[in-house]
Amino acid sequence: MDYFLSEEQQMIVDTARQITDERIIPNRAELDEKHEFPRQILNEMARADLFGVPIPEEYGGFGGGCFDIALTVEQLGRGCIGVGTAFSANFLGVYPIILAGSPEMKEKYLPDVATGKKFGAFGLTEANAGSDASGIQTTAVLDGDEWVLNGTKQWITNGGEAQIYTVVAITDRSRGPRGASLFVVEEGDPGFSCGPKEKKMGIRASSTTELIFKDCRIPKDRMIGRPGTGFITVMKTLDLSRPGIAALGVGLAQGALDVAVKYAKQRQQFGKPIIAFQAVQHMLADMAIGFESARALVYASAKHIQKHPKDMSKASSICKVYATDVAMKVTTDAVQVLGGYGYMCEYPAEKMMRDAKILQIYEGTNQIQRNVIGQELNKEYS
Amino acid sequence: MKIIVCIKQVPDAKDVRLDPITNTLAREGVQSIMNPYDQYALEEAVRLKEKCGGEVIVISMGPPQAEEVLRQAISCGADSAVLISDRAFAGADTWATAYTLEHAINKIGSFDLILCGKQAIDGDTAQVGPGLATRLGIPYMTCVQRIREASENGLVAERMMDDGFDVVSVDCPVLLSVVKDINEPRVPSIKGKMKAKKAEIVKFSAQTIEADPACIGLPGSPTKVVTVFPPLARGERSVLTGTLDEQIDQLVKKLTPYL
Repeated sequence: MDYFLSEEQQMIVDTARQITDERIIPNRAELDEKHEFPRQILNEMARADLFGVPIPEEYGGFGGGCFDIALTVEQLGRGCIGVGTAFSANFLGVYPIILAGSPEMKEKYLPDVATGKKFGAFGLTEANAGSDASGIQTTAVLDGDEWVLNGTKQWITNGGEAQIYTVVAITDRSRGPRGASLFVVEEGDPGFSCGPKEKKMGIRASSTTELIFKDCRIPKDRMIGRPGTGFITVMKTLDLSRPGIAALGVGLAQGALDVAVKYAKQRQQFGKPIIAFQAVQHMLADMAIGFESARALVYASAKHIQKHPKDMSKASSICKVYATDVAMKVTTDAVQVLGGYGYMCEYPAEKMMRDAKILQIYEGTNQIQRNVIGQELNKEYS
Repeated sequence: MKIIVCIKQVPDAKDVRLDPITNTLAREGVQSIMNPYDQYALEEAVRLKEKCGGEVIVISMGPPQAEEVLRQAISCGADSAVLISDRAFAGADTWATAYTLEHAINKIGSFDLILCGKQAIDGDTAQVGPGLATRLGIPYMTCVQRIREASENGLVAERMMDDGFDVVSVDCPVLLSVVKDINEPRVPSIKGKMKAKKAEIVKFSAQTIEADPACIGLPGSPTKVVTVFPPLARGERSVLTGTLDEQIDQLVKKLTPYL
């Protein structure tokens, strides 16, 4: 379907598509098998300027919004959402700086992010603070000219690979969610380390580690925005980034549909290709319906959200839930269309199905997203 | 370093047909691409520029639509591009092409290095690079798989051979034709594509390069294509059957007389 993209958007899509076809797809099985971080592919993306897409123009990027990021990661997701997750989580880490960082902070970090020289990660989740973000235990205490951080973040994407970590820590526990603040911690800061790489069911090309802060001392000016504004910035960041996760789902669904249709045309049973059987045709048709409707919703939502409207949380949650549920369904059906071959690692379908599951879990489970949608509806109609 | 890269627009090899009457390649409706070997030459030129400084000029002789591959080259890092295009160049063989490129390069002026792909995937002659160097009176090296060191004075490069490679030291200016082992061409960048869109492509006609009409295009080409045909399948074929061990025995029996 033609979405009448601008010339610049088409360039972004073409670039991401070429990287996906030539660099990601030929390597994805190996990256998955070895749990290998796609450093070389990310370097290639940086050289092709893809890291500049969401960075404001004054800091060397293209000043793209949610929609431009969605277009980029959709292509990457078609190849491998492990690689796509590494790419997306970089912006999740950097977005708080774009949204709430001081001009000096932006000047310090953003140009290096735009060129891919520095890579970001986002530290929110903890052992006891996932869906309930208010359970955060990590603290930051001001000591002279330095903040001292203590605590452990869990399941942090790009952990150990990033140079810039945006970290949520409590600066005033008595104020509840308004007592949380955001900080930039850099690789190599004293008292900061990353745990070993977690072994995962899917998205194995991405790195997931703990972030450990033991009397980690950082300069005073590393706070993003004002004290106590951490949660507001985090929520806004997630509202803006969820369409990216949804777009990964759209891309993944497209990739699974491609694999399923090609296989169904070539696989012969009872003297004809299995695509000639209505049972298979209907499965493929439902996959296409799911994928196309998810894409239309994600594109519309991303365009809407980049204007920061009042209902952005609801719009962001709706597209995340729908597109990622579609991705799970379409990848599962792709395995079914491929039958026994679909279950074998030799074909890409099983990896796609394993990968898809995370989309329904990270950046807010789909259950939490439904809570958000329900609560927003309740407010709207009151 | 001032580097000139010669590139050619060719039909995509996935879709090649011959015109049954003229015995030349049927180009209508066939997608055109940059000759793959030329992409390696271009990438090597851009890498040398990134390492040693200088500029990369891409040139192409072809119909007006060859401008597409020149823009593509700019998106991959070339600084400027020259399209050598004139109806009078049509039908040129490798001799007339080398003549035309020589005149175009003389018009551009001095240079340190010319890079070409090993051959074009449509004609497959691999003659234009060496022909051009000979006409320009400079040394050339074909099938280069690696440039070890390079400066405006000279370079050291590896030439691929059947049984390994030669290491050759040569003074500049020089022409090198490269094989695909030399590098992995980059994906064009978004900024590169934007630059390519706006870039002004310099156009050279037969008149601009002061070419002798008798030496260009079909009249200037000593080569005449008499006929083109797919090679006939030769030799007897047989399919071995039985268990793997039985098949191996049969194969050994068949091969032994040739030892």
